[in-house]
Formats: sequence, structure tokens, C-alpha cells
Amino acid sequence: MKKTIVALAVMGLGITGAHAQEMVVKIGSVAPLTGTISHLGKDNENGARLAVEEANAKGIMIGGKKVKFELIGEDDQADPRTGTTVAQRLVDAGVKGVVGHLNSGTTIPASRIYDQGGIPMISPSATNPKLTQQGYKGVFRTIANDVQQGSALGKFMVGPLGAKKVAIIDDRTAYGQGLADETEKAAKAGGAQIVAREFTTDKATDFNAILTKIRATNPDVIFFGGMDAQGGPMLRQLKQLGVNAKFVTGDGGCSPEMIKLAGEAISGSAYCSMAGLPLEKMPGGADFRDRFKKRFNADVQIYSPYAYDAASAIIAAMQKADSVEPAKYLPALKASSEPGVTGTVAFDAKGDIKDGAITLYQFKDGTWVAM
Amino acid sequence: METLIQQILNGLVIGSVYALIALGYTMVYGILGLINFAHGDVLMVGALTALQTMMFLMGVAPGMSPIAMLTIALMVAIPVCMMIGFTMERLAYRRLRNAPRLAPLITAIGMSFLLQTLAMIIWGRNYHTFPQLISTTPMQPIEGVFVTPVQIFIIIASALIMIGLSLLVNKTRIGRAMRATAENHRVASLMGVDTNAVIAFTFVIGAALAAVAGVMFASNYGIAHYGMGFMPGLKAFTAAVLGGIGNLGGAMLGGIVLGLVESLGAGYIEHMTFGFLNSSYQDIFAFIILGLVLIFKPTGLLGERVSDRA
Repeated sequence: MKKTIVALAVMGLGITGAHAQEMVVKIGSVAPLTGTISHLGKDNENGARLAVEEANAKGIMIGGKKVKFELIGEDDQADPRTGTTVAQRLVDAGVKGVVGHLNSGTTIPASRIYDQGGIPMISPSATNPKLTQQGYKGVFRTIANDVQQGSALGKFMVGPLGAKKVAIIDDRTAYGQGLADETEKAAKAGGAQIVAREFTTDKATDFNAILTKIRATNPDVIFFGGMDAQGGPMLRQLKQLGVNAKFVTGDGGCSPEMIKLAGEAISGSAYCSMAGLPLEKMPGGADFRDRFKKRFNADVQIYSPYAYDAASAIIAAMQKADSVEPAKYLPALKASSEPGVTGTVAFDAKGDIKDGAITLYQFKDGTWVAM
Repeated sequence: METLIQQILNGLVIGSVYALIALGYTMVYGILGLINFAHGDVLMVGALTALQTMMFLMGVAPGMSPIAMLTIALMVAIPVCMMIGFTMERLAYRRLRNAPRLAPLITAIGMSFLLQTLAMIIWGRNYHTFPQLISTTPMQPIEGVFVTPVQIFIIIASALIMIGLSLLVNKTRIGRAMRATAENHRVASLMGVDTNAVIAFTFVIGAALAAVAGVMFASNYGIAHYGMGFMPGLKAFTAAVLGGIGNLGGAMLGGIVLGLVESLGAGYIEHMTFGFLNSSYQDIFAFIILGLVLIFKPTGLLGERVSDRA
């Protein structure tokens, strides 16, 4: 494998020579471009593409040469196996950095391939804490992880909601349990008492037994770590059991689907959280929206600003280090502190975004409204 | 105290639904010795068909009374499920009647996948909101104990249906034919019983019960989904084994016992084990009880009374 890379690099040098001053630098972008969340995948790719095109228009000089960045978009189909295959393909193609992937499930296995290939990667949307806990040097993300989300949720419950007694339920999935644990930790640290810790599954529809048990402990706030398909019916059953506690859930329940499934049972005392900021609250949000619209004639879905910032961070680090070689620009990337569309892009020692934003939403007038 | 009463009530509601589904499993097993794993998915088809009917009715006659609408939805869902039950038996199981036992069992699992996939194609992967036509506004008959009209409806309707089924099996001509077929279908057919018709009838009745259970289930929780039949199907099968598979009374008892065990288990397991186990063991708790019953009474709570199975 090493030999192939060397061979490619040699070939690359040959081409650069032919083009005199111009040097082509490949940057990979991976997201699901087919399947149920392909609209989000294309959004991510467009975000990275916009950053690359704007950098090219500026005419950046690195190592005394004019650089032309080229974005190679790959489709991982949101499938972990395909994800590792395309990751290997990008490494073999000699990319100098990767923006991706979209899902935690595909990003974590792919991160190993990039680490072996010595290629830095920045995910604009994978929130599972494990991604940055594997000890890989070149793994970053521009979005807040679930530890940060849980801690924000816990603080929100004891602070603005004034919770003294908190009941916590999770669905025993890696996501739900992880988020619930972090939320519990933060709520406890804030001085709230955890009066109940109950469990269900991601296939259950009947929660009456655990909710009755929770009712007996008389909590102010009930937190659920899980998805909307369980959260909706859970809200209904809470109402049927005459429970009036406030209901808080994470991004898994922060969807229009949740509102639909909860029906009449959802009210202004239901809250949820999402990693990141709504576009209009991002420092460069409005401007980004216009540029994005002009270039792609499409609206920003969710994560494209994060993909834009990820690609920009790689390019900025290359400029600062005056080299496109991963080993040389990686220290600059680690130390980056650049103003981006979503806020200041700076990473902590593990590669997580510093002060990753979490937005809380309240149910109001039939929809989730950012608080 | 009100927590205990509430948990018993929760258990009775879900137990009634389990019992109704378990009857379908146990009737078919009693007659054929076949565990019809597609039974839970018939329930799902019943719920989704009823949902489709309600949507249609709301479109053409928005002012219709909820009870009338629910009745019409049931009147559509039941025949559709009966047809599915009949078709399954006629096309898939009848040909395998003399095959080794494993063949119809695997076929049943295949039927389950088939129904789920068809439902996924027709109704999509999303969860659907099921209109709650019977009120779900909680009432408090006792201070601190909440019950909704739909839950009362479920308990009463299940009890009536179970009484009706017992009368059908024990007092009618077709019931006698069912019992005869259950005992020995070769001999029964020699005595002039049209066993094919009796078996088809059993499937049809079981499917009708599943349709009713599906509508109740969906009305209570307010959701319907192509995979919704799997868990209640599995639980009802457990209930049927717990009560003594092949035995009608056993299925009813097993359903109620399972519902209560689950509800009380989830509510009190933590106290009983001094915090060693918690509600993530809710399902395991039900299976522990099943295991214990089967160790000490391998034929289930009410035994497999061979002469009485139907």
C-alpha cells in the first residue's frame, strides 16, 4: 500500500511540474449521497465544495506555488462497510484531508483507515463521543458531541427549568444510554436529585409500568434518551397517567415526527436539544445561506455550514504550515482558532470542537422553537 | 397503594390484549400443532387496515361519530384479516400438513416476513398516528389511579370476546367439530367432520381476533407501524406457552398473568432485589417466570388438557 501512495505522489509531482506553478491538492468529502438521508449527504458535500471553490477563487499560495484544491466527493450510503471501502479509495487516491463522514456509525470505522493512511479527517456531523476517544491524532469534528449535549441538557434542566427531582429513562441503545448518562451526570452536578432511573427498549410501545413507577417519585422533570418513535407514545402515556412533569429529550426526539406521534399529549412543557445552532443564529449564517443558495440553488439542510468550516479549517491549516503534507499541517490544524460560519473553529486535545454549541427547543404553536 | 393499583390496572390492560392474541396462537396450535408466527403480523395488518379505513372515512364524512367510524373500521379490518388467515392456511400451511414439523414452522416465519414487507411497501416505513376515537382523557375512579375510557373498553371487550369464544368452542356444532379435529383429525374426518373446513375456520377466527387486538393496541398507544406486530406477537406466544399451549383457558390466564408480571415486575423488581436488578430486566423478568413455570409444570399453568384443547 505504501508503495502505491509513493507512486501516486511521484505521479502527482510530475503533473504539477507540467502545469508550471499550479499545484493540485485533493480533498475528500464523504457522506451518503444515495438512500434515505441523501439530502443531508448532498448538503454536507455542497458545504465542503463551497469552501474549496472560494479558496480557489482567492488564489492561495502554499510553498511558493499557486494551489488548486479539488474536492473528491464519495458516497458511503450511510453504510459502515461501504464507508470503509470509500475511505480506502480516498487514501489510495492521495487526498490530503477528508471532510466526513456524516453518520457516527460510518465515521468511527472509517477513522481507522484514515489514521493508518495518515490523513486528517474532520466530521461535520458525527456526534458519538467514541469517535474522538480512540486516540487517533488526525480525527476532528466541527459539531458538538453527545457528552456536550448531555451536559447542556443537564444544566438546562436544573437551571432554566428549575428541576429539583429528575427522572431519567433511556432506551438502552448506545445513543440513548450515552446521552442519558451524560445528562444524569450534569443534572446531579447541578444539585438535582435523580429520583428514578428507568429503562425501556428501542422497540417498546408500552411504558405504563415504568411511568407509573416514576409517577410515584413525583419528579419535576422527566428526561428521555431515545428516539421519537418511543418518545411520542411515551408522552401520550404520561398524559394518560396524569403526570404533569416537564418532558425533556435529546436530538433523537427533536423532530416533526415526535410532534406527530405525541398528538394532543405534547405541550409547551416539552423540550428537546440539537447539536449546533440554527442557521440564523450562526455568526456567518445569513451570509452563508445566500452564498450557498447562489452557488447550488438549494437551501441549507442542517450540517453544510459545519462541512464548510471543516474544509476551511483544513485549508487554513495548510496555509499556516505552508505545506499540504498531512504530517506538516496537522499541528497547525490542532492549534487552529479560526472564525468560521458556525463560530470559532478550535479543537480540544481529543479533536472535539471547543465550546460546541447546543441549541434547546421548546414546543410552541405546533412546532419546535429555538429558545 | 395507588401505585400498586395503577400497576395492576396497567397489567390488566396489556394482559387483555396479550390474551386476545394468545387465543389465536393457541387455537391453531391445538388443532394443528403449528405455531403460527405470522399471527402477530396479522394484528399489524388489522391495525393498518383500520387506520386506512378511518382516514378514508374522515375524508368523505368528516362529521361521522367516532363510535360509528371505529365500528366501520373494524368491519373492514376483520374481514381483511380473515381473508389473510384463510389464504395463509390454504396456500402455505395446508400443503405442508403432513410434512415434518419444522417445515410449517419455517413457513410461518416466512409468512411473517412476507406480511411485514408487503405492509412496508403499502404503508411505508414511517410510524403512523392512529386516531384515538375512544377518548384517552384520563379519569380518576380512585384518587391517584388513572384510567382512560379506551382502557376500560379494552378490558371489557376482551372479556366479552373470550366468553363468546368459549361458548363457540364448547356449545356449538362447529365448536364440537373443532374439538374433535383437535383430538385426532384423521379419526374426526372418518366420522364425517370436514377437517379442512374446520382448520380453515380456526385460522379465520384467530385472524379476526388478531384484527380486533390490533385495533385495540393501536387505539391505546395511538401509533401504528409495519413492525408493530412483532413484540406483542412474541409476548402473546409466551403467554400461550405460559398458560399451556393448545388450551383456551390457559391462553387467557397466561395473557393476564404475563401482563401483570411485566407491569409489577417493572414496578417493583428494584425493591425486591434491593436495587440489584432494574427495569431494564422487565422483559427478562417475564421470561424468568415462564422458565420457572415450565420447569415445575412443563405443560404450562393449566396444562395441555388433550381432551379439551381446541
